[in-house]
This record gives sequence, structure tokens and C-alpha cells, in this order.
Amino acid sequence: MDLIFEFLTTLKNTVVDVLPILSIILGFQLLVIRKPIPHIKQVGFGFIYVLIGLALFLLGLEKALFPLGKMMAAQLTAPEFIHAGEQVLTTIHWTDYKWVYVFAAAIGFSTTIAEPSLIAVAIKAEEVSGGAINANSLRIAVAIGVAVGIALGSYRIVVGHPIHYYIIAGYVVVVIQTFYCPKLIMPLAYDSGGVTTSTVTVPLVAALGLGLASTIPGRSPLIDGFGLIAFASLFPIIAVMAYAQLTEARAHRAEQKEEKRNQIKQDKQNKRNLNQKQQDSLKESIEDK
Amino acid sequence: MTNQIFVFLKALLGSCKDLLPIILVIAFFQFAVLQQPMPNVGDILVGLALVVLGLTFFIYGLEMGLFPIGESMAQAFAKKGSISWLLTFAFCLGFGTTVAEPSLIAVAKEAAIVAASGGIIADTLESQLSYANGLRFTVAFAVGFAIVMGVLRILRGWPIQYLILGGYVVVVLMTMIAPNWIIGIAYDSGGVTTSTITVPLVTALGVGLASAIKGRNPMIDGFGLIAFASLTPMIFVMIYGMVIS
Repeated sequence: MDLIFEFLTTLKNTVVDVLPILSIILGFQLLVIRKPIPHIKQVGFGFIYVLIGLALFLLGLEKALFPLGKMMAAQLTAPEFIHAGEQVLTTIHWTDYKWVYVFAAAIGFSTTIAEPSLIAVAIKAEEVSGGAINANSLRIAVAIGVAVGIALGSYRIVVGHPIHYYIIAGYVVVVIQTFYCPKLIMPLAYDSGGVTTSTVTVPLVAALGLGLASTIPGRSPLIDGFGLIAFASLFPIIAVMAYAQLTEARAHRAEQKEEKRNQIKQDKQNKRNLNQKQQDSLKESIEDK
Repeated sequence: MTNQIFVFLKALLGSCKDLLPIILVIAFFQFAVLQQPMPNVGDILVGLALVVLGLTFFIYGLEMGLFPIGESMAQAFAKKGSISWLLTFAFCLGFGTTVAEPSLIAVAKEAAIVAASGGIIADTLESQLSYANGLRFTVAFAVGFAIVMGVLRILRGWPIQYLILGGYVVVVLMTMIAPNWIIGIAYDSGGVTTSTITVPLVTALGVGLASAIKGRNPMIDGFGLIAFASLTPMIFVMIYGMVIS
């Protein structure tokens, strides 16, 4: 009974969140476009499904994943776990936090795979590209980017470097990659930075950043706790471009291989023809005799 | 009917697969690294079932409702041929979906607390509220501006890389002159603006526009709207920080 009540509350909140979008769409459809929405019934049901789905999704996250993930982030960053054997805390070494980096990468990867807005963009990309871009490969590439980004962001909080060095260095990499990236995937790569950080990833990542910044001496949770999200939206761009470059390079190599194989085939064929001709002429000369 | 159930079950299985990595990661860290038993197993199982069901419904509704409406509106605007209405719609969509975004409200509130404790603004509830609201409207305006720019790009066929890289240059330059305390918040505000419902809608809008306009490739010109929406808030928030201080 409690569960149903909670679900209804979440559903109400979701509807309130969606209300501005809905009123903009309806307003423009009715006042500016002034045509009925095509397949109105199907679209209406689709909207209702999206709302129900989102509410169930959020409720489930609140019930199962968020408390557990946040607790783990707190436990992994707690001084008792990091400095278990030591009595007196003297210095902080960045290698003490190795499990934090592993956790950051793993949780970044896995939450990105489950991120609904990324699923949406990946489905659309596969559809538009006619299957040339595989939705699952794209999601895995983005997830790897987020994993690297969040692990690196955690390292930054531990060592206390200023954030903009990392972000600007990341921009430089993006600029260089842009020159070599296949044109077809570039806009998608830029987009993938923004879609990764929404419903699932942000709360867990924020908990991790906050846990780290509040337990390490000399870090302020309010200043250093921010910033992990920026890492999570920069590195997927690099990862998707790298994925596109790898795919292109592989396709190029396969093409070259194919060409070589054809060349060899052609050579063999030529040789065979030549042999045939020689034999024929030999036969002819024998017959002549 | 049986066919529909089959499709639903298949989608359900897909959602389970999407969720599997999280379950594995949490189980591994709980048992192998932290070496603790799983608390409230019942709650967690119920929660996971809800997440799987929710994801399935969401994806189902996405292809039935959100994608079609985004594309049909894009096509209707393209047919109507009124650029000013299209740009107005683009701005409203960006502004309207961002200003009420819960994660943005949360970040703005937290940023106000930072600013108050750092002595940037007066340490009263009133000034905190006005600061947080200012931040929210700045970000929402930035996203509206971004969608307008993105739509203009699709209409004109401008190559995306110059705009995005140009934006990066502006971000880097602004970082040098913006006050220190705003930088972390500004960088994060780019990531929190794009919600789960906005992303599919905006993507469908871009792809729909690019397919409706002659000479545009939906793959090259259709994507990229979200990229703008996560870039401009950084710039606008840094400007906001400079104006305030």
C-alpha cells in the first residue's frame, strides 16, 4: 500500500516536471501550427507510458540504488577504510584511494549504460544512420568515456589540482580529434557529452564527489565536490570520437586487405591464364608437327 | 495480443541487460571490497524490479510518443516556412524545460550556499534565494539561446565544429577572467541542464528538421542541439558571476 502511495507521489512530481514541456508543445501545436497532431491517440499513449516509466524508474532508483550507492561512496571514502592499518594519519598518498578510482570508473560505466536519455539518442542515431552506427557500441563508447572521466575527476579531488587545467586539456584533445574525426559522427560525439549526465549518474556521482571532498583534509565539499559532472560530460566526447576513428581505421584496413586479396586472386588468375595459353600453344605446336 | 506480450517481454529482457552492470558493480564492491552483507534485500529487489519496469515503459513510450511528436512538429514548422515562429518555439523549448529542471534547482540552491559562505553575497535567506533564482534563469536563458543557435545552424547548414570549438575558446578565455568561485559551478551547470524528457524531444526536433529541409543530412545536421545546450550555460554562468562580483 505504501509503495502505491509512493508511486503516486513520484508520478505527480514527474507530471509537474513535464508540465512546462507539455504546455509549450500543446500551445505551439494549437496556436501556431493549427493542425491536429498526427496519430494523436498513439502519441498520447506514448506520453503516458513515458511518464509512468519515468516515475517507476525514479522510484526504483530511490528505493534500491541510490541509498546503496551513496552508502558505498561514503564507506569507500571513509578514513577508516582508507587508512585501516594506520594509527596516526600523517600524509595522504593518492594510491591510498585506489578502490575509490575503481569504484568511480565502475559506477560511471554502469550507470551510463542504464541512462534513459543516452538510450534514446543511441536508438535515434542507429535509426538515422541506417544501422551504420550500432546503438550498443555507441553506448559502450560513451560509458567508457564517463568511466575514465569520473575516475580522473576523483583523482583530481584527491590530489587537489585546479579543475580548469584538466578541462582545458580535455578541450585541446577534442580540438585535435575534431580534425581527424569522420564528419558523420562529429555532431553525435559532441551531443554525447550532454546526454550522459542525467537521472542515474548525477546523484551517485555527486555523492562520490561529496564523500571524497568532505573526508580529505584541505578539500572543501562545496568547492571540490562540484566538478565531477564536468568530467563526465567532457570525456564521452573524446571516447566517441576515438571510437569513430578506430572504426574508420579498421574499415580502411579491411578495405586494403580486401584489395590485396583481390590483387593476389587476380595475379593467380593471370598466371593460370598464361599457363593455359602456354599449354595451348605447346599443344598447337605439337599438333602442327 | 500474444505478439504484443512477446514484444513487451523482449523489451523487459533488454532493460534487465541494461541494468546488469550496476547490479554487478554494487554486488562486487559490497561483498568483495567492503565485505559487508547486503542491507534490506527485499527493498532492493522491489526497487530493481521497478527500475526495470520503468525503463521498459519509458523506451516503449519514447518511440510511440516523444520521437513522433518532435519530428512531426519539426516537419510542420518546416512546411509552414516561418523561421521566426520556429526560433520562438526553439527558445521556449530550451528555456521552459530548463527553468523547472529539478537538478538545476538543487545545484543553484547549493551554489547559493557556497556564495553566501564565501562572502560573495549577503548571508541572508533572501539574498541566497535571489542569487539561486538568478543562476537558474541565467542557465535557462542560456539553454534557450543554445537551441535557437542550434536550429539556426540546421537551417543554414553551418558546420558544427567551428561553433563548438569557438565556444570552447570562449569558455577558456572566460575562465581566465571569471571569479574563481563561479568556475566549478559554471562547468557543472553544462551537464545538469539536459533532462530525460528534453533530450529525446530535442534530438527528434533536430533530426526532423534536418530531414525536412532539402540538402541537409539528418546525421550531420540533425544532431548537435544538445551539444550547444551543454556549452552555452558555462559561458552565461561565468558572465553572471562576473556581473555579480
